[in-house]
Amino acid sequence: MEKKIRVVLSKVGLDGHDRGVKVIARAMRDAGFEVIYTGLRQTPEMVVEAAIQEDADAIGISSLAGAHMTIFPRVLKLLKEKSAEQILVFGGGIIPKDEEQSLYKQGVGKIFGPGTTTDETVTYLKQAISLKAKT
Amino acid sequence: MKESEEAKKAKEKWEKKVQGEKIRNAKFMTISSEPIPMLATPADLEEFDYMRDLNLPGEYPFTRGVHSTMYRGKLWTMRQFSGMGTPKQTNERYHFLLDRGQTGLSVAFDLPTLMGYDSDHLLSEGEVGICGVAVDSLKDMEILFTGIDCGKISTSMTINGPADMIFGMYIAQAEKQGVKPEQLTGTLQVDILKEYIAQKEWIFPPEPSMRMITDLMSFCSQHVPKWNSISISGYHIREAGSTAVQELAFTLADGFAYVEAGIKAGLDVDVFAPRLSYFFNSHLDFFEEIAKFRAARRIWARNMKEKYGAKKKESWLLRFHIQTAGCSLTAQQPENNIIRTAYEALAAVLGGTQSLHTNSMDETWGLPTERAVQIALRTQQIIAYESGVPNTIDPLAGSYFVEYLTNKMEEGAEKYFKEIEKRGGVLKCIENGFFQKEIADAAARFQREIDTKERIIVGVNDYLVPGEELEIPILKIPPEVEQEQRVCVQNVRKERDNDKVKRALGALKNAAKGSDNVMSKILDCARCYTTEGEMAETLKEVFGTYTEEPVF
Repeated sequence: MEKKIRVVLSKVGLDGHDRGVKVIARAMRDAGFEVIYTGLRQTPEMVVEAAIQEDADAIGISSLAGAHMTIFPRVLKLLKEKSAEQILVFGGGIIPKDEEQSLYKQGVGKIFGPGTTTDETVTYLKQAISLKAKT
Repeated sequence: MKESEEAKKAKEKWEKKVQGEKIRNAKFMTISSEPIPMLATPADLEEFDYMRDLNLPGEYPFTRGVHSTMYRGKLWTMRQFSGMGTPKQTNERYHFLLDRGQTGLSVAFDLPTLMGYDSDHLLSEGEVGICGVAVDSLKDMEILFTGIDCGKISTSMTINGPADMIFGMYIAQAEKQGVKPEQLTGTLQVDILKEYIAQKEWIFPPEPSMRMITDLMSFCSQHVPKWNSISISGYHIREAGSTAVQELAFTLADGFAYVEAGIKAGLDVDVFAPRLSYFFNSHLDFFEEIAKFRAARRIWARNMKEKYGAKKKESWLLRFHIQTAGCSLTAQQPENNIIRTAYEALAAVLGGTQSLHTNSMDETWGLPTERAVQIALRTQQIIAYESGVPNTIDPLAGSYFVEYLTNKMEEGAEKYFKEIEKRGGVLKCIENGFFQKEIADAAARFQREIDTKERIIVGVNDYLVPGEELEIPILKIPPEVEQEQRVCVQNVRKERDNDKVKRALGALKNAAKGSDNVMSKILDCARCYTTEGEMAETLKEVFGTYTEEPVF
């Protein structure tokens, strides 16, 4: 039997707007993933710790309050320091296109902007994780 | 034969005919996924009684409006929610908006301020001034209101967890202007119940938070009698994904919970109830929203009179502010948002609002630019002066469809009230995640409808422009803001009388431990430039903090 995809979803920073991350959490759970939603006001340290403890395949971060250029790089740096770079990092929210490209260059897998369907996020994770498994 | 019986017979004939006609392939439902009848007739209002269900404006149950002259007597307050960067930058925006014709102020604070952290706190990094104005102490409040006469204009402040502290700073700042607390008009949001349910900006757990609210209601009734001590809010519940009926029901349930808390604390309902105010969302489904506003007034009036025994007319009045729905706006083709906001604003006016904020088209991307917020304000002014809508009161009354829908909204809300009671009341429902689950279910259903194209959002899942580029300017908060604010708050801590601050914080802590009114002690702290973070930390030592069990 195929191993269930395990994903940690999180809100990092002070922002409490969690409608989007909860909709994604439910859609991924309905798609058969093991979803761990950390809740609000996590630090990058807390998210990475949770992902390692939960043996997660991926970390998804919701960023709506403009702090993405601080948060994502910090998460990637921590994963590197803890030799957990196999954990995929993706995110969603309001991120301008030029900054999105910069985040990809730094190692973020995918940023999902407004208008993304829940299917797109599920399909992406399935493909990206099976690709990682093959390499 | 009664008119409704004739209509019923005629409708049955018409339905048979219609069955053979071509119907568009669409789901005819509201934005809350409620099915809508193709046609309403007198048969849908068989039990309708004008005097019982509507009466005149300014008369119980106030379905047609809270004031007897409504907009002929006074237009709604045009009150744009606003805050950005430093207090100085925000003060400039306030002068811009007042200059462009806005008639009330509304303060938007940044996330650190909303959560009770000073600008130099570790957790404030990267967040200072980004989503609203940074306010750490009385010094910032003085800058924020420079050149604005707080005795002449009303101010609404969207702040919840640390509401008392910000209110203390506002009162202290007004005192320095020569304006006494009893002259102040405005609103403090402070509705903590909806924070646990939807907006998630709490500091302390529910019980001490409720105590702070009853202290505040008592303080206001004695010292700031023209102030709305709470803005019981549905806006955020709706933004989190609820349906219109859920917004109506959960908000009113919260309202009744505050009434019960006030009565339990020994306050006379007719003393504090007249200063309870509300805040609703105006979403895109035009008639559903209008029906919701009318039903809200009727439900509140009936319950306040019959259930809570309030005797004063002012206690039965549901007065509210409305903000057009942020969650209805799209990042794609942002100019379309001007149109969305216009319809939502019109619904708010037809629903009889006392105060209105219209969103700017660029708010899916950032805080509004001057140009965008001007269009938003003009939207209100065009409704006020050019559309003719304010010329007559509650013009949709008597519409078969609108009265049918108003009744339906009321029934839906009453059903929820019974369910909430069955589950042990509002606080128990928050604890058990009932509201949060209902909202998450509704949000998930809405997204599914969009994903499957059962619901069309123009520019998002249909009528797309391939390769669309963002062509409107987006406001960016300069990175220097954070450093400026850090330096400012550190200077305040150096230059003030720190012995006074220490004593004031000590008195606050004692009041919190006991039963003395916390608000008056907070005001003392604010007057001597105690920072928001310092007051919050002191209260955390007594009240503790709160973490939610996330429900999705």
